[in-house]
Amino acid sequence: METIVNASEEKVPKKKKKVSYAKWGYIFVASFFIVYGIFTFFPQILTIYDSFWDYTKICGKPPVESPEFGGFINYANVFKYDADLGTYKIWKYLGNTVLMWVIGAVPQFIVSIILALLFTSSRLKLKGLGFFKSVFYMPNLIMATAFAALFLVIFDTAGPIHLMFVENGWISENFDFILNRGWSRFLVAAMNFLMWFGNTTILLMAGIQGIDESVFEAARMDGASSNRVLFDITLPLLKPIVIYVFITSMIGGLQMYDVPYVLTGKYNNLETKTIVMYINEVLRTYNYGMAGAISVVLFIVTGILSLIVFKTINGKED
Amino acid sequence: MENSLQQKNSENTASMVRLTIARVISYIFLVLLTILCLFFFYLLFVNATRSNADIQSGKLYLIPGGDFFKNMDNLFNSTTLNINIWKGLGNSFFVALLSAILTCYFSALTAYGIYAYDFKFKKAAEVFILAIMMIPTQLSSVGFYQVAVKLGMKNQLWLLIIPAIAAPSCFFYMIQYLRATLPKDLIEASRMDGSNEFMTFNRIVIPIMKPALAVQFIFSFVASWNNLYMPSLLLTNKDKKTLPIMISELQYTSWGSKDLGVVYMAIFLAIIPVVIVYIFMSKSIIKGVTAGSVKG
Repeated sequence: METIVNASEEKVPKKKKKVSYAKWGYIFVASFFIVYGIFTFFPQILTIYDSFWDYTKICGKPPVESPEFGGFINYANVFKYDADLGTYKIWKYLGNTVLMWVIGAVPQFIVSIILALLFTSSRLKLKGLGFFKSVFYMPNLIMATAFAALFLVIFDTAGPIHLMFVENGWISENFDFILNRGWSRFLVAAMNFLMWFGNTTILLMAGIQGIDESVFEAARMDGASSNRVLFDITLPLLKPIVIYVFITSMIGGLQMYDVPYVLTGKYNNLETKTIVMYINEVLRTYNYGMAGAISVVLFIVTGILSLIVFKTINGKED
Repeated sequence: MENSLQQKNSENTASMVRLTIARVISYIFLVLLTILCLFFFYLLFVNATRSNADIQSGKLYLIPGGDFFKNMDNLFNSTTLNINIWKGLGNSFFVALLSAILTCYFSALTAYGIYAYDFKFKKAAEVFILAIMMIPTQLSSVGFYQVAVKLGMKNQLWLLIIPAIAAPSCFFYMIQYLRATLPKDLIEASRMDGSNEFMTFNRIVIPIMKPALAVQFIFSFVASWNNLYMPSLLLTNKDKKTLPIMISELQYTSWGSKDLGVVYMAIFLAIIPVVIVYIFMSKSIIKGVTAGSVKG
């Protein structure tokens, strides 16, 4: 029997030209959707569901049993004024996150655009570009945790950079880079810059190389100066990619965790605490409701900011 | 006539001079950025070769010392740091390797499923996968952690491995690669030869996708190797911790009382495997950065 079935199956495609293979499509994509459903989609729904339940009475000791329905109580708590800190936690940490991202991202995009233009310039014809590209991209692959730990050791009060600054009289001996508001934020931003400018450069370069060469030729034939080509052709045509890279960078920036956590987490430096560090802290007390509410707020903020960035960069001309 | 010719000549030399100046400035800029990128890693290497006494003095050393192997030995054999670096390397390698294999194989499978077959929700499936790339990971982490705690499944490494099957960005890369390289006639031809659908995928499509798989393997391996957030929530057992967790906990050691040569060595060891792979494969890795992300 089996052989007959097999044989007939084999012959079918030859006889009839139109055989539906649709079922194979479903089979091939099934694993992705099943795993996504169980390990990502379901937890996402659960997070949102959690955010409406009050865990405060029982949290702190796992396993957590039967929380009470809390309505919007967690959201109210998220946006509550914290008298101990003298501030609204959520705005403080969101502000820290956005600020540190901006301090790193602005130079990152300026340097990356300059580098992408240098690398693709047909007039300059620079040499050794492969080497420079490789070096600039490398920090992106390095373990952020290890990179931050390295900064922590060398900027520590016992570290070499600290001693160098003290010996030159730039700082006093008790000065601590990691505890100082400006310096700790700057260090986090600087590390983000170092880790990401190579990546951005490569993406923007690909964008420039993707512009049709004939557009440049036509402009040159019309006698356009290189400045005009840059500002009227290259940069406008590069805009969609800049938007894409900028929004991806922002989404990543809002989820900033590894670097500030390792660099400043030990001292519980409130000036570098990010929103994800906050979620993590709450989650470790098993207050799923509160952690869920902050996560939902982060999700909504991410969506709104992405939309604003998209509209402001894109909307100017049309 | 002569005047204008002279003028033109001087204009030419002037623009040549300007071009040379522009080149020099460009190179200075590039070299400065190179130094900025490499300086800290060089410092890490130098300090990993120095003795604790050297480092505790707080001086900035720029020349390697002779204690590289001593530091390594201390890291592997002593208990100064209270971390088991062998376990860390082993756990990290295990999770990263299996995650990368699953990500690559199943992303290719999913991409092929959507590329090669016509079915009702084909377009919807692709749009859905692209859309979910925008959702922050944190949204799922709370629920994920809760379930893991409830089911008593903290400290299970496979909980970090299985989700790697659904990797939207890798899928995106794979489907673009398929569209550019795999002619549909080839699938038809292999059917004519009596190959069933899975055989076609495993024996014909996978070999064609080798370059894409190699690049994505490196990316997903590195991503998993470096991953801190979810592992640090789930893995609390000393024997299950991955390398990034151990490194992140170094911050709680008080430097003064510890062997700093060993601390630097631990950081060095966390970084160096990726750097070595990168040195040999930087060209194809850099190509891979763009191919997956820009076109869309």
